[in-house]
Amino acid sequence: MSLNKVVITGVGVVSPFGIGKAPLDEALLAGRSAVVSRRDLWEEKLSDLTCWLGAPLGEPLDVKSIPRKLRRSMGRVAMLAYLATTEALEQAQVGDKELSSDRIGISFGSTIGSVASIEEFFSACLEHRAIGGLPANIFFQFMNHTCAANLAHAFGVSNRVLSPSAACASSLQAIGCGIETIEQGRQDIMICGGADELHMMVSACFDLVHAASHGFNDRPTCTPRPFDHNRDGIVCGEGAGAIILESEKSAEARGAEALAQIEGCATTCEGKHMAQPHRESIVRCLKEALDDSGLAPGDIEYVSAHATGTVEGDREEARALQEVFGARNVPVSSLKGHLGHTLGASGAVELAACLSMQKGGYLVPTRNLQEPGEGCEGLDHVTGLRRVGFGRFMKSSFAFGGVNSVLIVKGL
Amino acid sequence: MAGHLVIEGVHGILVEEFELDRADLTPQADLYNDLGLDSLDTVDLAVAMEKQFGFKVDRAVDEKVIREMRTLEEVYAFVRDKVGPGGEQ
Repeated sequence: MSLNKVVITGVGVVSPFGIGKAPLDEALLAGRSAVVSRRDLWEEKLSDLTCWLGAPLGEPLDVKSIPRKLRRSMGRVAMLAYLATTEALEQAQVGDKELSSDRIGISFGSTIGSVASIEEFFSACLEHRAIGGLPANIFFQFMNHTCAANLAHAFGVSNRVLSPSAACASSLQAIGCGIETIEQGRQDIMICGGADELHMMVSACFDLVHAASHGFNDRPTCTPRPFDHNRDGIVCGEGAGAIILESEKSAEARGAEALAQIEGCATTCEGKHMAQPHRESIVRCLKEALDDSGLAPGDIEYVSAHATGTVEGDREEARALQEVFGARNVPVSSLKGHLGHTLGASGAVELAACLSMQKGGYLVPTRNLQEPGEGCEGLDHVTGLRRVGFGRFMKSSFAFGGVNSVLIVKGL
Repeated sequence: MAGHLVIEGVHGILVEEFELDRADLTPQADLYNDLGLDSLDTVDLAVAMEKQFGFKVDRAVDEKVIREMRTLEEVYAFVRDKVGPGGEQ
């Protein structure tokens, strides 16, 4: 069976730097950090956190920009997904005609539903021992497939709706599901991506496994520090990334501009440890993606690493990249130093940033990387803004639960 | 409770929480066809009215009434029935 070629025709973003792609691109080019202290908000409720930092959306969320009938079933995470998707659909020029057809689907994930809504629900149940006063729609705000279901409702999509949930690999895995759906001809267009909201309870989960940054609470913009000698963990952020995937034939028939072509994807699982990534597992996923694309390591011109700033995770990822690509053969950077870790959104948000970098002919460096840590040496780390044209790049995400996901994309 | 206070209270909820236009809030307005509410909205409307007027919805008794309410006039009547003339349940 011959597979359909898949292209990207639209991109939308909500990042800690604001709503839309433009604020993200501007901030990355300027080398800014979105990390701020959340201690004044969090300490009252969770007194023993060690990480008081986060990367929240840096502007108020104008919830009333979303019609009430749509908004009532959305928690914050689904609102972020909705705003990113609105931008992506506009760029792809996907309107009522396509949305009401039987050839469009959704594959959109998140780590979890709205954590603020979960807190509201369980506070009522456990503290007040009553459900009276809770909104009728609260479950729709925190169910695991809240993003995909709310997008389907908001945009009237009535075909294949998937909601892969694999923590920090959610959006790349969702994009992978979308790719396979189009390749197999089951839909022509897929609204893909992921979202997550910043909440103290999410940061607390990283704190519990000693994976949250704790030594820079007085210097928020100095962490996370991907690949750096002094890295000490992640900082949670929030956002949403929406990618409109489409068969090449469909895009041509509609006269839609193809921004990039999907050349390969892979997803694998560690299968041995919930939180400890291993080089071998990452290597296998990188190689599967290369096999899927029919490309050699030398064909990849940039790697947008997952690298979140954890001691073990960054080291294992760096070693895997060294094994697959050889020493200093491909430029590598991580955007977590700017964005924090936007969790389930990170793959799609960072993919969106890569597409801007490819179009603009530049590579954004790894913010806060001053001296590579042990095991992280031997890569062509991008440590300053690099003006260089490139076409083909790799984006990777590695998640709790051992789930890996890798994408290979060629800008057009 | 005075009739005009019931009407003002209900309208306040519909304007603030349901983002409706005050000009559309006539006694004969149909909750579903004219104001665009649905069954989930009427559940939230009942919760909001509990808070506003200080009564408690008894699902065994009130659920059917709430489900069958169609006009704003019927909403006012429901509230009047719950709070009683002196504001007591």
